[in-house]
Amino acid sequence: MMSTLLDVKNLWVKFPSRHGVFDAVRGVSFTLGRERLGIVGESGSGKSMTGRAILRLIRPPGIVEADHINLDGVDLLRKSEKDMRAVRGERISMVMQDPKFSLNPVMTIGDQIIEAYRLHSSASKAEAYTKSLEMLEAVSIRDPERVMRAYPHEMSGGMGQRIMIAMMLIPNPEILIADEPTSALDVSVQRQVLDIMDKLVKERGMGLIFISHDLNLVADFCDRVLIMYAGRIVEVCDADKLHDAQHPYTRGLLNSLPRLDAPRDRLEVLQRDPAWSDAESVSGRI
Amino acid sequence: MSDTQTLRQWLLTETPTSRRHAKLSALYQGWLSFRSNTMAMVGLGILIALVLIAFAAPLLAPHDPFSQDLGNRLAPLGTEGHVFGTDSLGRDILSRLIYGARITLYIVALVALIAPVAGLLVGTVSGYVGGWADVVLMRITDIFLAFPRLVLALAFVAALGAGIENAVLAISLTAWPPYARIARAETLTIRSSDYISAIKLQGAGPIRIITKHIWPLCISSLIVRVTLDMAGIILAAAGLGFLGLGAQPPSPEWGAMISEGRRFILDHWWVATVPGLAIFTVSLAFNLLGDGLRDVLDPKAGE
Amino acid sequence: MTMLDVNGLNVWFGKNRDRVDAVKGASFQVAGGESFGLVGESGSGKSTILRAITGLAPDWSGTVTVNGTPITGKKRPRGFFKTVQMVFQDPYASLHPRHSVDQVLGETLHLHGFDDIDGRVAKLLDDVGLGQKFRFRYPHQLSGGQRQRVAIARALAPEPTVLLLDEPTSALDVSVQAEILNLLADLRADRGLTYLMVSHDLSVVGHMCDRLAVMRNGEIVEILDVAALRASQASHPYSQQLLQASL
Repeated sequence: MMSTLLDVKNLWVKFPSRHGVFDAVRGVSFTLGRERLGIVGESGSGKSMTGRAILRLIRPPGIVEADHINLDGVDLLRKSEKDMRAVRGERISMVMQDPKFSLNPVMTIGDQIIEAYRLHSSASKAEAYTKSLEMLEAVSIRDPERVMRAYPHEMSGGMGQRIMIAMMLIPNPEILIADEPTSALDVSVQRQVLDIMDKLVKERGMGLIFISHDLNLVADFCDRVLIMYAGRIVEVCDADKLHDAQHPYTRGLLNSLPRLDAPRDRLEVLQRDPAWSDAESVSGRI
Repeated sequence: MSDTQTLRQWLLTETPTSRRHAKLSALYQGWLSFRSNTMAMVGLGILIALVLIAFAAPLLAPHDPFSQDLGNRLAPLGTEGHVFGTDSLGRDILSRLIYGARITLYIVALVALIAPVAGLLVGTVSGYVGGWADVVLMRITDIFLAFPRLVLALAFVAALGAGIENAVLAISLTAWPPYARIARAETLTIRSSDYISAIKLQGAGPIRIITKHIWPLCISSLIVRVTLDMAGIILAAAGLGFLGLGAQPPSPEWGAMISEGRRFILDHWWVATVPGLAIFTVSLAFNLLGDGLRDVLDPKAGE
Repeated sequence: MTMLDVNGLNVWFGKNRDRVDAVKGASFQVAGGESFGLVGESGSGKSTILRAITGLAPDWSGTVTVNGTPITGKKRPRGFFKTVQMVFQDPYASLHPRHSVDQVLGETLHLHGFDDIDGRVAKLLDDVGLGQKFRFRYPHQLSGGQRQRVAIARALAPEPTVLLLDEPTSALDVSVQAEILNLLADLRADRGLTYLMVSHDLSVVGHMCDRLAVMRNGEIVEILDVAALRASQASHPYSQQLLQASL
């Protein structure tokens, strides 16, 4: 149906500790085509760890194991650290939750974007500069020349996040992993940032992994959704059918949200069933 | 065996049943993570040995550390009855080292009591109260920091008179400003945190907030800093002893022993080297311990 | 009967050239037993209003009356905190990392001059649905929701009549948010509490409150009933925009 960019099979992330090994991600499998794939779950469900594990960004003592993580048929787990550095940014980019922690506070934004660009291509400074301006315009930043001279602390949260997206997209990656890219932003700005991300991903035919705790947002924004619980995928469904999801966990999450259009005296409280975390992980492979 | 098993489980429980249980459990958790650091355990072992040696000095020392035997002076290492040889007056170096451990511990304990406490008081008050109090206290701290430590200590000892107590006092007086700085910096971040706001909303006054809420958080980093500084303090005390301003002869203070031995350093190297090695070992032990404690106590690393 | 009356409240930070006006001329009334919401985006000054009432933001002008008694200056008398208490946004930051639950609640009760502290701590824990096995735990042994319950227990300890809630669930997962919101609703019903709740989430305020004020750039742009909000009768364009974004 569509070409597969990324194929993850039986992914585990383990953290050895004093009380034995803690499995943050337990046997997750999924594929990503040129689509917007959402990963939802609560804190501790392993959704962020999954994103980081793909880029092999789990720090020791954490261990990543998988049958394979194939990018265009090449297993990322078998690559050397040096080859991985070429993959990160150039072929798979990642946008984190808070731009404040991702941007260098003592470099101007322009210098950072140009540096990011020149790391992955042999463009001249002037070329990189024009390309950076174009990118800032592409993420709807007004007056990009002024922004290029500014420092990160002069930017609002929404601006910072758009700059991060611009930076991540300059090397033209095939896959963008966005880990809660809008949860630090206000609702009105959230929409803007999502629209920009959506436009760019569509235009370039990229694959997007969108990690979030916000079910409504994911239902709105993605094509396909993986719902994670306790390190496993409990349900896979099309985003537009998320509100008819079957798994009691997904249903519980949806019902526990207060809704303006359907007032209730009490919110439904999720009753956790130990069977959910014991059950086999559902495959998100197509 | 099953008894120790249940004790371990009792200590590691997630649901303590009393205040004491919770405290013990937290201590045990800290001990477990400390124990996994081998080097820190080595440091702790050396220091425990030092304390034991100091306590049991009369039992352990083969000779009287003050009894002179001019006929047997400057005996080399391994001489019968004098494992570490004898010094210029024929006193047994091993016995003097063993008794010297008491003096070293005495210095360490006194400085550790005075300097961090003074620094904690000044730093937390300055950080929490702010305004004029902060300006005045920090400028005083700056004045102390502006002098090289040993020079300032020399000046104090010269004014107060030579002697071990005065040396300790002088070292403490020069050692507190860095602690005040650390405590103030920590207080500034703690002061604006929600849990301090929350206790203010219960009507707590500044004294309660400083002593019950800010001190417990500052103390751990100070303890780490003190253990790391201990090496420097021992060396400063030895330096004062070496310069003749600390412990006075015939006291077996390690620094004073090196000072005495330096006249024979070329022909009879062990007289100065053996106490030097003792200082080195104890300083190293404190550094190793400090490193391990930092891993356990530093709240930023832990939670 | 008006429990909380805020009239022409201005709050600012800094002096002279660096002065930032966080709240400008805010006025609203909250009746006894009512639940009132303050909604706005980050930087709109909604939390600053709570901090000014409790004395945590020292520079303010205007009049604030709590249960008929006007409040003045920077310091609040001890009795004030027996009437007004606050729950903070981030339960990971609002509990002292080295104090067990027992210490947190015990100290609060001690400061308010209660006796039978043991019995009261036990009762408070039951009231917020934690139970005795959590009594001697430290914050790092608790989940986010459990921590927020402890923070609520601490706020309830002096038996206040007004509870200021500063985004009490924004740091929590949705399933935990539901539990905390239910708990807060139950407590209000049981004790006849008055809530002043700050949130960026219209649906949370819509669920919890009777009336709400929409804030932008330090000013209240509109005060309306939740019923009117649900019927999309917000008159100010900014309120409508917020409503659009959260439906």
